Amino acid sequence: MSTASAHASGAEPVLMPPTGVRASLRRIRALVRRYIYLLRSSGVRLVELIYWPFLQMLTWGFLQRYLSETTSPLAQAAGVLIGSVLLWDILFRSKIGFSTTFIEEMWSRNLGNLLISPLRPYELVAALSAWSVIRLSVSMVPVAVAAYFFFGFNLLDLGLPLVAFFAVLVLTSWSLGLISAGVILRYGLGAEELAWSLAFLLLPLCCVYYPVSVLPDWLKPVALALPPTHVFEGMRSILLHNTFDAKELWWAMGLNAVYLVAGYVTFSRFLASARVNGTLLRLGE
Amino acid sequence: MNERISGSSHQAGASVAEASAPDTNVPVAVRDLTKVYGTITAVDHISFKLKQGATVALLGGNGAGKTTTIAMLLGLVMPTSGEVRVFGADMSKNRGAVAYRLNFQSPYVDLPARLTVRQNLTVYAGLYGIANAAERIAYIAEDLHIEPLLDRPTGKLSAGQKTRVGLAKALLNAPELLLLDEPTASLDPDTADWIRRKLREYAETRGATLLLASHNMAEVERLADRVILLHQGRIIEDETPAALIATHGRDTLEQVFLDVVRGRGKHAPEPADRGAASTRKAS
Repeated sequence: MSTASAHASGAEPVLMPPTGVRASLRRIRALVRRYIYLLRSSGVRLVELIYWPFLQMLTWGFLQRYLSETTSPLAQAAGVLIGSVLLWDILFRSKIGFSTTFIEEMWSRNLGNLLISPLRPYELVAALSAWSVIRLSVSMVPVAVAAYFFFGFNLLDLGLPLVAFFAVLVLTSWSLGLISAGVILRYGLGAEELAWSLAFLLLPLCCVYYPVSVLPDWLKPVALALPPTHVFEGMRSILLHNTFDAKELWWAMGLNAVYLVAGYVTFSRFLASARVNGTLLRLGE
Repeated sequence: MNERISGSSHQAGASVAEASAPDTNVPVAVRDLTKVYGTITAVDHISFKLKQGATVALLGGNGAGKTTTIAMLLGLVMPTSGEVRVFGADMSKNRGAVAYRLNFQSPYVDLPARLTVRQNLTVYAGLYGIANAAERIAYIAEDLHIEPLLDRPTGKLSAGQKTRVGLAKALLNAPELLLLDEPTASLDPDTADWIRRKLREYAETRGATLLLASHNMAEVERLADRVILLHQGRIIEDETPAALIATHGRDTLEQVFLDVVRGRGKHAPEPADRGAASTRKAS
């Protein structure tokens, strides 16, 4: 059989160059495709993606409506609570998307296959990050549309800063996802709880539903060191005062760069440690 | 005859110096490899080389160090000391350079259960950079008789079907080095025999190197042209199956294996050691 016909019949694989940017992108795409297959395989998963943020949005939307009818002008400001819920959900869902997808590899005892394949750890991280954004879009776009129909709240009213808000929150979620994934790699599925709870640690600290000014003085620097705090402050500033301070967002982006590097270093160190301790042999058990 | 660096570090001698120059044509070169977990030495200063086209079995009882050795060859576990080179690449530092030339199958590592067989193979074809993925999957599916399974969820297959699908994944990139961890564990004799025939056929037609860890003596006798016998993390024998049986004065590899793990015959402790052992027991 000639080489050409062996390739055409599949008797011989046509192997593409294993190194370089294109090879990396190909492997990332292959892994994202795996996650798409997984989502497509279960209608329940798809519904679940929209179900929880939708419930959240409804609950807080009705509360907002109640407050606007009964309380002060500040509380009446249209959409502050719904906006907070939607933005918080961007952070939370993106983090959960990153972490659960990673945990899924361990549940299915597939991580060993992935880690012996030509896939590099940074490609795994890139695939998880890309997938978290796709998953987030599937989850949040219908909910944002529903918020408009139910409560007349248009997320797009936040204007261009919304893009920056989105970016800041997603980048923060990746940092948290990297830390969770690293800890689970090192300590096994016993540390799974961390994947679920880490984002909630930020809930009171990054001032989702109230301004930084209500925090005690000693806690304010902690809150301001968290990128999402600047997003929620920015959102309130736009909705309540129609002003926007771009400097705050640059500050948040800078912080995010630091956290992302720290997240990746943590993940890499824990992965190296898992290779030393032999944890990768026992994953999924 | 395979090139060998036999036994433990103190036996390796001049061969270790030989192994220090990385050779990209040597599928596997292991030098003075040790893995310690806490206080347990899982692999203890082992050295060996595999020649292209060889089918070699790592044989040993539970805890002998077979799986840890294979995991270090794959780069899943880092050695405590020593070196693993696969096609010349140091697997602790440069695994990515050769990962596309090898593959692995084990019943203890699964493919995602919810994906269909075709989807799983498509994903791995992408990871291994196979341009003619659809044709390759169709070819392998036909060869391994898994065509009717291609559109079924992987999690709904029987153990034998999963093994064949795992093998399909392992052969997708036509690896020059195929590592197998108990490739026929929990299979009925007929399916196990079929898998062995396929592995033999693959190694012969491709000139590929196979390294398998196994408890199954019949499998080892049938497949391997060399046996590395591990006991308590050390290489205690490195021979052809026939030579092993002959030097132990036994009829089967299973009898040799039992002698080794029970400390009988050639591997019986010296009288002084026996005395020490009974003293330890008594105390």
